[in-house]
Amino acid sequence: MSYLARRLSTFPLILLGVSVLVFFSIRLIPGDAITAMLGTEAGLLTPAQRQALAAYFGIDQPVFVQYGRWLAGVVQGDLGISVTYGRPVLSVILERFPLTLELALLSMLIALCAGIPAGVLAATRNERPSDLGIRIAAMLGQSTPSFVIGLLIIYVLSVVFGAVPAMGVFTPFRADPLANLGQLIFPAITLGFAFAASVTRIARSSMLDVLNEDFIRTARAKGAPARSVVWHHALPNALIPVVTLSGVEFGYLLGGAVIVEQIFALPGLGRLTLDAIGQRDYALVQGSVLFIAFNFLIVNLLVDLAYAALDPRIRLGRR
Amino acid sequence: MAMLKAILAHPSGRIGAAIIVLYAFLALLGALGLTPHDPVQQFRIDRLKPPSATYWMGTDLFGRDTLSRLMVGIGQSFVIAFASVGLAALAGSLIGLFAGWWGGWADGVLMRMMDVLLAFPAILLALLIIAIVGPGTFTSVAAIAIVYTPIFARVVRGPTLSLKRRDFVDAARTFGSSQTYILSRHLLLNLVAPLTVQVTLALAWALLTEAGLSFLGLGTQPPAPSLGLMMSEARNLMQQAPWLLAFPGLTIMLGILGFNLFGDALRDILDPRTQERSS
Repeated sequence: MSYLARRLSTFPLILLGVSVLVFFSIRLIPGDAITAMLGTEAGLLTPAQRQALAAYFGIDQPVFVQYGRWLAGVVQGDLGISVTYGRPVLSVILERFPLTLELALLSMLIALCAGIPAGVLAATRNERPSDLGIRIAAMLGQSTPSFVIGLLIIYVLSVVFGAVPAMGVFTPFRADPLANLGQLIFPAITLGFAFAASVTRIARSSMLDVLNEDFIRTARAKGAPARSVVWHHALPNALIPVVTLSGVEFGYLLGGAVIVEQIFALPGLGRLTLDAIGQRDYALVQGSVLFIAFNFLIVNLLVDLAYAALDPRIRLGRR
Repeated sequence: MAMLKAILAHPSGRIGAAIIVLYAFLALLGALGLTPHDPVQQFRIDRLKPPSATYWMGTDLFGRDTLSRLMVGIGQSFVIAFASVGLAALAGSLIGLFAGWWGGWADGVLMRMMDVLLAFPAILLALLIIAIVGPGTFTSVAAIAIVYTPIFARVVRGPTLSLKRRDFVDAARTFGSSQTYILSRHLLLNLVAPLTVQVTLALAWALLTEAGLSFLGLGTQPPAPSLGLMMSEARNLMQQAPWLLAFPGLTIMLGILGFNLFGDALRDILDPRTQERSS
Protein backbone atom coordinates (compact mmCIF):
# COMPACT_ATOMS: atom_id res chain seq x y z
CA MET A 1 0.00 0.00 0.00
CA SER A 2 1.34 3.44 -0.85
CA TYR A 3 2.50 5.73 1.95
CA LEU A 4 -0.31 8.20 1.26
CA ALA A 5 -2.99 5.50 1.38
CA ARG A 6 -1.53 4.04 4.57
CA ARG A 7 -1.43 7.42 6.28
CA LEU A 8 -4.93 8.31 5.11
CA SER A 9 -6.24 4.98 6.39
CA THR A 10 -5.16 5.89 9.96
CA PHE A 11 -7.06 9.20 9.85
CA PRO A 12 -10.55 7.80 10.54
CA LEU A 13 -9.16 5.78 13.46
CA ILE A 14 -7.41 8.78 15.03
CA LEU A 15 -10.44 11.02 14.46
CA LEU A 16 -12.67 8.33 15.98
CA GLY A 17 -10.37 8.29 19.04
CA VAL A 18 -10.50 12.09 19.28
CA SER A 19 -14.31 12.02 18.95
CA VAL A 20 -14.68 9.40 21.71
CA LEU A 21 -12.30 11.31 23.98
CA VAL A 22 -13.98 14.68 23.52
CA PHE A 23 -17.54 13.34 23.50
CA PHE A 24 -17.32 11.46 26.76
CA SER A 25 -14.95 13.77 28.61
CA ILE A 26 -17.06 16.89 28.03
CA ARG A 27 -20.00 15.08 29.57
CA LEU A 28 -17.97 14.58 32.73
CA ILE A 29 -17.92 18.35 33.34
CA PRO A 30 -20.29 19.15 36.19
CA GLY A 31 -23.46 21.05 35.23
CA ASP A 32 -25.81 20.64 32.28
CA ALA A 33 -26.02 22.46 28.96
CA ILE A 34 -29.49 23.94 29.43
CA THR A 35 -28.66 25.53 32.79
CA ALA A 36 -25.39 26.83 31.34
CA MET A 37 -27.28 28.28 28.36
CA LEU A 38 -30.12 29.96 30.23
CA GLY A 39 -28.34 30.77 33.50
CA THR A 40 -30.70 31.68 36.31
CA GLU A 41 -33.65 31.65 33.88
CA ALA A 42 -33.27 27.88 33.62
CA GLY A 43 -35.02 27.70 37.01
CA LEU A 44 -38.14 29.17 35.40
CA LEU A 45 -38.49 26.29 32.93
CA THR A 46 -41.22 23.73 33.49
CA PRO A 47 -40.06 20.08 33.33
CA ALA A 48 -41.86 19.77 29.99
CA GLN A 49 -40.05 22.80 28.54
CA ARG A 50 -36.70 21.50 29.79
CA GLN A 51 -37.47 18.11 28.25
CA ALA A 52 -38.41 19.73 24.93
CA LEU A 53 -35.18 21.73 24.85
CA ALA A 54 -33.12 18.64 25.72
CA ALA A 55 -34.86 16.73 22.93
CA TYR A 56 -34.21 19.58 20.44
CA PHE A 57 -30.48 19.49 21.16
CA GLY A 58 -30.46 15.69 21.29
CA ILE A 59 -29.18 15.50 24.87
CA ASP A 60 -32.21 13.67 26.28
CA GLN A 61 -31.06 10.24 25.12
CA PRO A 62 -28.67 7.78 26.84
CA VAL A 63 -25.08 8.90 26.22
CA PHE A 64 -24.16 6.02 23.87
CA VAL A 65 -27.24 6.72 21.75
CA GLN A 66 -26.24 10.39 21.66
CA TYR A 67 -22.76 9.41 20.50
CA GLY A 68 -24.09 7.09 17.81
CA ARG A 69 -26.47 9.75 16.49
CA TRP A 70 -23.80 12.43 16.56
CA LEU A 71 -21.27 10.21 14.78
CA ALA A 72 -23.83 9.30 12.11
CA GLY A 73 -24.39 13.04 11.61
CA VAL A 74 -20.66 13.79 11.46
CA VAL A 75 -20.16 11.26 8.68
CA GLN A 76 -22.77 13.18 6.69
CA GLY A 77 -21.16 16.55 7.47
CA ASP A 78 -23.66 17.49 10.20
CA LEU A 79 -21.85 18.38 13.43
CA GLY A 80 -25.06 19.14 15.32
CA ILE A 81 -26.67 22.33 16.61
CA SER A 82 -24.86 24.71 18.95
CA VAL A 83 -26.78 25.33 22.17
CA THR A 84 -25.20 28.77 22.51
CA TYR A 85 -25.70 30.02 18.97
CA GLY A 86 -28.80 28.05 18.03
CA ARG A 87 -27.21 27.35 14.63
CA PRO A 88 -25.42 24.42 12.98
CA VAL A 89 -22.01 23.92 14.58
CA LEU A 90 -20.24 23.76 11.22
CA SER A 91 -21.50 27.21 10.24
CA VAL A 92 -20.31 28.68 13.58
CA ILE A 93 -16.89 27.06 13.12
CA LEU A 94 -16.57 28.19 9.50
CA GLU A 95 -17.43 31.72 10.59
CA ARG A 96 -14.50 31.76 13.04
CA PHE A 97 -12.05 29.78 10.96
CA PRO A 98 -10.98 32.54 8.51
CA LEU A 99 -9.57 34.58 11.39
CA THR A 100 -7.64 31.61 12.78
CA LEU A 101 -6.36 30.69 9.32
CA GLU A 102 -5.31 34.25 8.53
CA LEU A 103 -3.60 34.64 11.91
CA ALA A 104 -1.73 31.36 11.43
CA LEU A 105 -0.64 32.33 7.88
CA LEU A 106 0.45 35.80 8.95
CA SER A 107 2.41 34.44 11.93
CA MET A 108 4.12 31.90 9.70
CA LEU A 109 4.97 34.60 7.15
CA ILE A 110 6.51 36.77 9.89
CA ALA A 111 8.39 33.79 11.33
CA LEU A 112 9.81 32.72 7.96
CA CYS A 113 10.70 36.26 6.83
CA ALA A 114 12.55 36.95 10.07
CA GLY A 115 13.78 33.45 10.94
CA ILE A 116 15.32 32.25 7.66
CA PRO A 117 17.57 35.29 7.00
CA ALA A 118 18.56 35.37 10.68
CA GLY A 119 19.40 31.67 10.65
CA VAL A 120 21.39 31.98 7.41
CA LEU A 121 23.27 35.00 8.72
CA ALA A 122 24.11 33.22 11.98
CA ALA A 123 25.34 30.13 10.13
CA THR A 124 27.53 32.07 7.72
CA ARG A 125 29.06 33.99 10.62
CA ASN A 126 29.42 30.99 12.88
CA GLU A 127 30.85 31.86 16.31
CA ARG A 128 31.22 35.56 15.45
CA PRO A 129 29.47 38.22 17.58
CA SER A 130 26.54 38.47 15.14
CA ASP A 131 26.01 34.68 15.37
CA LEU A 132 26.08 34.78 19.16
CA GLY A 133 23.69 37.75 19.19
CA ILE A 134 21.21 35.96 16.93
CA ARG A 135 21.49 32.75 18.96
CA ILE A 136 20.82 34.62 22.22
CA ALA A 137 17.86 36.46 20.67
CA ALA A 138 16.45 33.19 19.33
CA MET A 139 16.85 31.48 22.69
CA LEU A 140 15.11 34.40 24.41
CA GLY A 141 12.35 34.29 21.81
CA GLN A 142 11.75 30.60 22.44
CA SER A 143 11.66 31.19 26.19
CA THR A 144 9.15 34.02 26.20
CA PRO A 145 5.49 33.06 26.65
CA SER A 146 3.12 34.53 24.09
CA PHE A 147 1.19 36.42 26.74
CA VAL A 148 4.35 38.22 27.88
CA ILE A 149 5.04 39.38 24.31
CA GLY A 150 1.38 40.23 23.73
CA LEU A 151 1.07 42.30 26.89
CA LEU A 152 4.41 43.99 26.15
CA ILE A 153 3.14 44.98 22.69
CA ILE A 154 -0.11 46.32 24.16
CA TYR A 155 1.89 48.20 26.82
CA VAL A 156 4.21 49.82 24.28
CA LEU A 157 1.32 50.69 21.96
CA SER A 158 -0.91 52.12 24.66
CA VAL A 159 1.63 53.81 26.97
CA VAL A 160 4.29 54.91 24.48
CA PHE A 161 2.18 55.53 21.36
CA GLY A 162 -1.18 56.11 23.04
CA ALA A 163 -2.88 53.75 20.60
CA VAL A 164 -4.66 50.53 21.44
CA PRO A 165 -5.12 47.90 18.69
CA ALA A 166 -8.75 47.41 17.67
CA MET A 167 -10.26 44.65 19.75
CA GLY A 168 -13.58 42.88 19.95
CA VAL A 169 -15.34 42.98 16.59
CA PHE A 170 -13.31 41.37 13.84
CA THR A 171 -13.13 42.99 10.40
CA PRO A 172 -12.82 40.35 7.66
CA PHE A 173 -10.10 40.85 5.04
CA ARG A 174 -12.63 41.13 2.22
CA ALA A 175 -14.58 43.87 4.03
CA ASP A 176 -11.59 46.12 4.75
CA PRO A 177 -8.10 44.72 4.11
CA LEU A 178 -6.29 47.55 5.91
CA ALA A 179 -8.44 47.44 9.04
CA ASN A 180 -8.16 43.66 9.00
CA LEU A 181 -4.36 43.74 8.83
CA GLY A 182 -4.22 46.48 11.47
CA GLN A 183 -6.20 44.21 13.75
CA LEU A 184 -4.21 41.04 13.12
CA ILE A 185 -0.65 42.32 12.76
CA PHE A 186 0.07 42.59 16.49
CA PRO A 187 -1.40 39.21 17.45
CA ALA A 188 0.52 37.76 14.49
CA ILE A 189 3.79 39.35 15.70
CA THR A 190 3.06 37.94 19.17
CA LEU A 191 2.63 34.42 17.80
CA GLY A 192 5.34 34.85 15.18
CA PHE A 193 7.97 35.82 17.74
CA ALA A 194 8.53 32.39 19.28
CA PHE A 195 7.85 30.78 15.88
CA ALA A 196 10.60 32.94 14.30
CA ALA A 197 12.97 31.96 17.11
CA SER A 198 12.41 28.26 16.36
CA VAL A 199 12.83 28.86 12.61
CA THR A 200 16.08 30.78 13.22
CA ARG A 201 17.56 27.98 15.33
CA ILE A 202 16.61 25.20 12.94
CA ALA A 203 17.67 27.22 9.86
CA ARG A 204 21.05 27.98 11.44
CA SER A 205 21.74 24.42 12.45
CA SER A 206 20.59 23.04 9.08
CA MET A 207 22.67 25.62 7.16
CA LEU A 208 25.76 24.71 9.20
CA ASP A 209 25.26 21.06 8.21
CA VAL A 210 24.82 21.89 4.53
CA LEU A 211 27.72 24.38 4.41
CA ASN A 212 30.03 21.52 5.40
CA GLU A 213 28.87 19.30 2.53
CA ASP A 214 31.15 18.39 -0.37
CA PHE A 215 28.97 20.01 -3.04
CA ILE A 216 29.34 23.39 -1.31
CA ARG A 217 33.11 22.95 -1.24
CA THR A 218 32.96 22.08 -4.96
CA ALA A 219 30.86 25.16 -5.73
CA ARG A 220 33.33 27.33 -3.84
CA ALA A 221 36.29 25.67 -5.58
CA LYS A 222 34.70 26.39 -8.95
CA GLY A 223 34.71 30.04 -7.98
CA ALA A 224 30.98 30.59 -7.38
CA PRO A 225 30.42 33.90 -5.56
CA ALA A 226 29.98 33.50 -1.79
CA ARG A 227 26.48 34.99 -1.87
CA SER A 228 25.38 32.59 -4.61
CA VAL A 229 26.83 29.60 -2.73
CA VAL A 230 24.85 30.52 0.39
CA TRP A 231 21.52 31.52 -1.18
CA HIS A 232 21.39 29.32 -4.29
CA HIS A 233 23.36 26.22 -3.42
CA ALA A 234 23.09 25.84 0.36
CA LEU A 235 19.77 27.40 1.36
CA PRO A 236 17.41 25.27 -0.78
CA ASN A 237 19.03 22.17 0.71
CA ALA A 238 18.85 23.53 4.24
CA LEU A 239 15.15 24.36 4.00
CA ILE A 240 13.79 20.84 4.54
CA PRO A 241 13.86 20.92 8.37
CA VAL A 242 12.47 24.48 8.22
CA VAL A 243 9.53 23.27 6.14
CA THR A 244 8.87 20.44 8.59
CA LEU A 245 9.01 22.70 11.64
CA SER A 246 6.90 25.41 10.03
CA GLY A 247 4.29 22.90 8.96
CA VAL A 248 3.97 21.37 12.40
CA GLU A 249 3.79 24.81 14.06
CA PHE A 250 1.23 25.93 11.48
CA GLY A 251 -0.83 22.84 12.28
CA TYR A 252 -0.82 23.80 15.94
CA LEU A 253 -1.75 27.41 15.14
CA LEU A 254 -4.75 26.24 13.11
CA GLY A 255 -6.07 24.88 16.39
CA GLY A 256 -6.48 28.46 17.52
CA ALA A 257 -4.22 30.42 19.82
CA VAL A 258 -6.37 30.55 22.94
CA ILE A 259 -4.14 32.89 24.96
CA VAL A 260 -3.34 35.37 22.19
CA GLU A 261 -6.99 35.44 21.09
CA GLN A 262 -7.89 36.15 24.71
CA ILE A 263 -5.36 38.99 25.10
CA PHE A 264 -6.32 40.71 21.84
CA ALA A 265 -10.04 39.84 22.22
CA LEU A 266 -10.12 38.06 18.85
CA PRO A 267 -13.04 35.78 18.03
CA GLY A 268 -10.97 32.84 16.76
CA LEU A 269 -11.35 29.09 16.94
CA GLY A 270 -9.41 28.76 20.21
CA ARG A 271 -11.63 31.16 22.13
CA LEU A 272 -14.72 29.66 20.53
CA THR A 273 -13.79 26.27 21.96
CA LEU A 274 -12.74 27.72 25.31
CA ASP A 275 -16.07 29.52 25.66
CA ALA A 276 -17.96 26.45 24.46
CA ILE A 277 -16.33 24.37 27.23
CA GLY A 278 -17.43 26.99 29.77
CA GLN A 279 -20.97 27.01 28.37
CA ARG A 280 -21.22 23.18 28.24
CA ASP A 281 -22.03 23.54 24.54
CA TYR A 282 -21.36 19.85 23.88
CA ALA A 283 -21.97 19.88 20.13
CA LEU A 284 -19.77 22.93 19.61
CA VAL A 285 -16.86 21.56 21.68
CA GLN A 286 -17.07 18.19 19.92
CA GLY A 287 -17.32 19.79 16.50
CA SER A 288 -14.53 22.30 16.93
CA VAL A 289 -12.10 19.80 18.50
CA LEU A 290 -12.78 17.34 15.68
CA PHE A 291 -12.34 20.12 13.10
CA ILE A 292 -9.02 21.17 14.70
CA ALA A 293 -7.76 17.57 14.89
CA PHE A 294 -8.71 16.98 11.24
CA ASN A 295 -6.81 20.10 10.14
CA PHE A 296 -3.84 19.06 12.24
CA LEU A 297 -3.70 15.62 10.61
CA ILE A 298 -4.06 17.04 7.09
CA VAL A 299 -1.34 19.67 7.64
CA ASN A 300 1.02 17.03 9.05
CA LEU A 301 0.39 14.79 6.06
CA LEU A 302 1.07 17.70 3.68
CA VAL A 303 4.30 18.43 5.56
CA ASP A 304 5.45 14.84 5.08
CA LEU A 305 4.58 14.95 1.38
CA ALA A 306 6.38 18.29 0.99
CA TYR A 307 9.35 16.72 2.75
CA ALA A 308 9.53 13.97 0.14
CA ALA A 309 8.97 16.41 -2.72
CA LEU A 310 11.79 18.70 -1.55
CA ASP A 311 14.31 15.90 -1.12
CA PRO A 312 14.09 13.22 -3.82
CA ARG A 313 16.33 10.97 -1.68
CA ILE A 314 13.48 10.57 0.79
CA ARG A 315 11.00 7.90 -0.17
CA LEU A 316 8.24 7.90 2.40
CA GLY A 317 7.11 4.58 3.77
CA ARG A 318 10.02 2.56 2.34
CA ARG A 319 12.26 0.72 4.75
CA MET B 1 30.73 13.98 38.20
CA ALA B 2 32.09 13.93 34.64
CA MET B 3 28.67 14.97 33.39
CA LEU B 4 28.53 17.89 35.84
CA LYS B 5 31.98 19.02 34.67
CA ALA B 6 30.91 18.77 31.04
CA ILE B 7 27.77 20.83 31.74
CA LEU B 8 29.73 23.50 33.59
CA ALA B 9 32.29 23.62 30.80
CA HIS B 10 29.51 24.31 28.27
CA PRO B 11 28.60 28.05 28.12
CA SER B 12 24.83 27.42 27.81
CA GLY B 13 25.01 24.74 30.48
CA ARG B 14 26.76 27.10 32.88
CA ILE B 15 24.22 29.90 32.46
CA GLY B 16 21.27 27.48 32.49
CA ALA B 17 22.50 25.72 35.63
CA ALA B 18 23.10 29.07 37.36
CA ILE B 19 19.54 30.21 36.61
CA ILE B 20 18.02 26.90 37.75
CA VAL B 21 20.05 26.91 40.99
CA LEU B 22 19.09 30.53 41.68
CA TYR B 23 15.40 29.76 41.09
CA ALA B 24 15.57 26.62 43.22
CA PHE B 25 17.15 28.69 46.01
CA LEU B 26 14.45 31.38 45.77
CA ALA B 27 11.73 28.73 45.69
CA LEU B 28 13.23 27.05 48.74
CA LEU B 29 13.29 30.34 50.64
CA GLY B 30 9.68 30.89 49.58
CA ALA B 31 8.66 27.42 50.73
CA LEU B 32 10.38 27.93 54.09
CA GLY B 33 8.53 31.20 54.58
CA LEU B 34 11.77 33.19 54.36
CA THR B 35 10.30 35.84 52.07
CA PRO B 36 10.78 39.58 52.73
CA HIS B 37 7.04 39.85 53.54
CA ASP B 38 4.07 37.53 53.90
CA PRO B 39 3.12 36.82 50.25
CA VAL B 40 -0.63 36.98 50.93
CA GLN B 41 -0.66 39.77 53.53
CA GLN B 42 -2.32 42.92 52.24
CA PHE B 43 -0.52 46.14 53.22
CA ARG B 44 -3.53 48.27 52.30
CA ILE B 45 -1.73 51.55 52.95
CA ASP B 46 1.04 50.56 50.50
CA ARG B 47 -1.12 49.63 47.51
CA LEU B 48 0.54 49.86 44.06
CA LYS B 49 3.85 51.12 45.46
CA PRO B 50 6.70 51.15 42.91
CA PRO B 51 9.94 49.28 43.70
CA SER B 52 11.61 50.70 46.82
CA ALA B 53 13.94 49.68 49.65
CA THR B 54 10.99 48.18 51.55
CA TYR B 55 9.34 46.48 48.58
CA TRP B 56 12.14 45.61 46.16
CA MET B 57 9.72 44.80 43.34
CA GLY B 58 6.83 47.01 44.42
CA THR B 59 3.35 46.01 45.60
CA ASP B 60 0.15 45.02 43.82
CA LEU B 61 -3.41 46.34 43.93
CA PHE B 62 -3.99 44.78 47.34
CA GLY B 63 -0.66 45.98 48.78
CA ARG B 64 0.95 42.53 48.59
CA ASP B 65 4.72 42.34 48.12
CA THR B 66 5.59 41.34 44.53
CA LEU B 67 8.99 39.80 45.35
CA SER B 68 7.57 37.58 48.09
CA ARG B 69 4.78 36.47 45.76
CA LEU B 70 7.27 35.77 42.99
CA MET B 71 9.39 33.61 45.30
CA VAL B 72 6.39 31.49 46.27
CA GLY B 73 5.12 31.53 42.67
CA ILE B 74 8.44 30.15 41.39
CA GLY B 75 8.13 27.28 43.87
CA GLN B 76 4.57 26.62 42.73
CA SER B 77 5.61 26.60 39.05
CA PHE B 78 8.57 24.32 39.79
CA VAL B 79 6.42 21.83 41.73
CA ILE B 80 3.87 21.66 38.90
CA ALA B 81 6.53 21.47 36.16
CA PHE B 82 8.62 18.78 37.87
CA ALA B 83 5.62 16.70 38.96
CA SER B 84 3.91 16.85 35.56
CA VAL B 85 7.06 16.14 33.56
CA GLY B 86 8.00 13.33 35.98
CA LEU B 87 4.59 11.73 35.50
CA ALA B 88 4.64 12.26 31.73
CA ALA B 89 8.17 10.82 31.47
CA LEU B 90 7.19 7.76 33.53
CA ALA B 91 3.93 7.05 31.72
CA GLY B 92 5.29 7.95 28.27
CA SER B 93 8.47 5.88 28.73
CA LEU B 94 6.51 2.82 29.82
CA ILE B 95 4.10 3.15 26.90
CA GLY B 96 6.94 3.75 24.40
CA LEU B 97 9.01 0.91 25.86
CA PHE B 98 6.20 -1.66 25.72
CA ALA B 99 5.00 -0.49 22.31
CA GLY B 100 8.52 -0.77 20.87
CA TRP B 101 9.32 -4.05 22.62
CA TRP B 102 6.11 -5.92 21.90
CA GLY B 103 5.56 -4.49 18.42
CA GLY B 104 2.61 -5.79 16.38
CA TRP B 105 -0.93 -4.92 17.40
CA ALA B 106 0.06 -3.72 20.90
CA ASP B 107 2.39 -1.19 19.30
CA GLY B 108 -0.34 -0.17 16.87
CA VAL B 109 -2.98 0.32 19.57
CA LEU B 110 -0.70 2.15 22.02
CA MET B 111 0.79 4.49 19.43
CA ARG B 112 -2.59 5.26 17.82
CA MET B 113 -3.78 6.25 21.31
CA MET B 114 -0.79 8.55 21.54
CA ASP B 115 -1.62 9.93 18.06
CA VAL B 116 -5.12 10.74 19.32
CA LEU B 117 -3.66 12.73 22.21
CA LEU B 118 -1.21 14.48 19.87
CA ALA B 119 -3.96 15.42 17.41
CA PHE B 120 -5.98 16.85 20.29
CA PRO B 121 -4.96 20.53 20.67
CA ALA B 122 -2.74 20.57 23.78
CA ILE B 123 -4.09 23.61 25.58
CA LEU B 124 -7.70 22.60 24.84
CA LEU B 125 -7.03 19.11 26.20
CA ALA B 126 -5.63 20.67 29.37
CA LEU B 127 -8.63 23.03 29.56
CA LEU B 128 -11.06 20.14 29.17
CA ILE B 129 -9.39 18.19 31.98
CA ILE B 130 -9.45 21.28 34.20
CA ALA B 131 -13.12 21.88 33.37
CA ILE B 132 -13.92 18.31 34.45
CA VAL B 133 -11.91 18.18 37.67
CA GLY B 134 -11.85 21.88 38.58
CA PRO B 135 -8.80 24.14 38.63
CA GLY B 136 -5.96 23.64 41.11
CA THR B 137 -2.39 22.46 41.48
CA PHE B 138 -3.09 18.73 41.14
CA THR B 139 -5.32 19.26 38.13
CA SER B 140 -2.62 21.33 36.43
CA VAL B 141 -0.09 18.55 37.09
CA ALA B 142 -2.41 15.90 35.66
CA ALA B 143 -3.41 18.02 32.67
CA ILE B 144 0.17 18.90 31.69
CA ALA B 145 1.31 15.30 32.28
CA ILE B 146 -1.37 13.92 29.94
CA VAL B 147 -0.50 16.48 27.28
CA TYR B 148 3.22 15.58 27.30
CA THR B 149 2.94 11.79 27.71
CA PRO B 150 2.74 11.08 23.93
CA ILE B 151 5.96 13.01 23.32
CA PHE B 152 7.87 10.79 25.75
CA ALA B 153 6.23 7.70 24.30
CA ARG B 154 7.54 8.67 20.85
CA VAL B 155 11.02 9.52 22.16
CA VAL B 156 11.32 6.09 23.81
CA ARG B 157 9.59 3.91 21.20
CA GLY B 158 11.97 4.71 18.31
CA PRO B 159 15.23 3.78 20.07
CA THR B 160 13.52 0.75 21.68
CA LEU B 161 12.67 -0.59 18.21
CA SER B 162 16.32 -0.43 17.13
CA LEU B 163 17.81 -1.47 20.48
CA LYS B 164 15.77 -4.68 20.73
CA ARG B 165 17.44 -5.96 17.55
CA ARG B 166 20.95 -5.35 18.86
CA ASP B 167 23.32 -8.20 19.69
CA PHE B 168 23.57 -7.42 23.39
CA VAL B 169 19.82 -7.94 23.80
CA ASP B 170 20.05 -11.28 22.00
CA ALA B 171 22.99 -12.18 24.23
CA ALA B 172 21.00 -11.30 27.35
CA ARG B 173 18.14 -13.51 26.11
CA THR B 174 20.56 -16.36 25.47
CA PHE B 175 21.85 -16.05 29.02
CA GLY B 176 18.27 -16.50 30.19
CA SER B 177 17.64 -12.94 31.42
CA SER B 178 13.99 -12.24 32.07
CA GLN B 179 12.02 -9.79 29.93
CA THR B 180 11.71 -7.39 32.88
CA TYR B 181 15.47 -7.52 33.45
CA ILE B 182 16.26 -6.85 29.79
CA LEU B 183 13.76 -3.97 29.64
CA SER B 184 14.91 -2.30 32.84
CA ARG B 185 18.65 -2.98 32.71
CA HIS B 186 19.52 -3.09 29.05
CA LEU B 187 16.94 -0.99 27.25
CA LEU B 188 16.00 1.65 29.79
CA LEU B 189 19.64 2.36 30.70
CA ASN B 190 20.41 2.96 27.03
CA LEU B 191 17.51 5.38 26.85
CA VAL B 192 18.68 7.53 29.76
CA ALA B 193 20.51 9.99 27.49
CA PRO B 194 17.63 10.90 25.14
CA LEU B 195 15.22 10.86 28.07
CA THR B 196 17.31 13.26 30.14
CA VAL B 197 17.47 15.77 27.31
CA GLN B 198 13.74 15.43 26.68
CA VAL B 199 12.93 15.85 30.38
CA THR B 200 14.92 19.08 30.63
CA LEU B 201 13.33 20.56 27.53
CA ALA B 202 9.89 19.38 28.65
CA LEU B 203 10.42 21.21 31.95
CA ALA B 204 10.72 24.43 29.98
CA TRP B 205 7.47 23.64 28.07
CA ALA B 206 5.73 22.66 31.29
CA LEU B 207 6.68 25.99 32.88
CA LEU B 208 5.32 27.69 29.77
CA THR B 209 2.06 25.70 29.83
CA GLU B 210 1.59 26.19 33.57
CA ALA B 211 2.09 29.93 33.22
CA GLY B 212 -0.43 29.94 30.34
CA LEU B 213 -3.04 28.00 32.31
CA SER B 214 -2.60 30.27 35.34
CA PHE B 215 -2.81 33.29 33.04
CA LEU B 216 -6.21 32.04 31.84
CA GLY B 217 -7.24 31.65 35.50
CA LEU B 218 -7.30 27.86 35.24
CA GLY B 219 -4.13 26.97 37.14
CA THR B 220 -3.24 27.95 40.68
CA GLN B 221 -6.17 29.71 42.30
CA PRO B 222 -5.97 33.06 44.13
CA PRO B 223 -4.93 34.20 46.66
CA ALA B 224 -2.05 31.70 46.22
CA PRO B 225 0.66 33.37 44.13
CA SER B 226 1.41 32.07 40.65
CA LEU B 227 3.49 33.73 37.93
CA GLY B 228 0.88 33.49 35.16
CA LEU B 229 -1.89 34.68 37.46
CA MET B 230 0.20 37.66 38.55
CA MET B 231 0.61 38.67 34.90
CA SER B 232 -3.10 38.28 34.31
CA GLU B 233 -3.95 40.42 37.36
CA ALA B 234 -1.48 43.08 36.16
CA ARG B 235 -3.12 43.39 32.71
CA ASN B 236 -5.54 46.11 33.71
CA LEU B 237 -2.93 47.97 35.75
CA MET B 238 -0.18 48.17 33.14
CA GLN B 239 -0.39 51.95 32.90
CA GLN B 240 -0.30 52.67 36.66
CA ALA B 241 1.96 49.83 37.76
CA PRO B 242 4.12 48.48 34.91
CA TRP B 243 6.41 46.70 37.43
CA LEU B 244 3.56 44.28 38.11
CA LEU B 245 3.86 43.15 34.50
CA ALA B 246 7.63 43.45 34.16
CA PHE B 247 8.84 41.38 37.12
CA PRO B 248 6.61 38.30 36.72
CA GLY B 249 7.16 38.44 32.93
CA LEU B 250 10.94 38.52 33.33
CA THR B 251 10.81 35.81 35.99
CA ILE B 252 8.83 33.43 33.75
CA MET B 253 11.05 34.16 30.76
CA LEU B 254 14.29 33.69 32.66
CA GLY B 255 13.10 30.43 34.25
CA ILE B 256 12.15 28.94 30.89
CA LEU B 257 15.41 30.24 29.42
CA GLY B 258 17.34 28.46 32.17
CA PHE B 259 15.82 25.08 31.35
CA ASN B 260 16.15 25.66 27.60
CA LEU B 261 19.85 26.52 27.92
CA PHE B 262 20.46 23.57 30.23
CA GLY B 263 18.58 21.22 27.89
CA ASP B 264 20.53 22.47 24.88
CA ALA B 265 23.82 21.92 26.69
CA LEU B 266 22.77 18.40 27.69
CA ARG B 267 21.81 17.62 24.11
CA ASP B 268 25.16 18.89 22.85
CA ILE B 269 27.02 16.81 25.41
CA LEU B 270 25.01 13.62 24.96
CA ASP B 271 24.64 13.80 21.18
CA PRO B 272 28.01 14.00 19.40
CA ARG B 273 26.34 15.10 16.14
CA THR B 274 24.97 18.33 17.63
CA GLN B 275 28.22 18.78 19.54
CA GLU B 276 30.11 19.10 16.27
CA ARG B 277 27.55 21.58 15.00
CA SER B 278 27.56 23.97 17.91
CA SER B 279 31.30 23.93 18.52
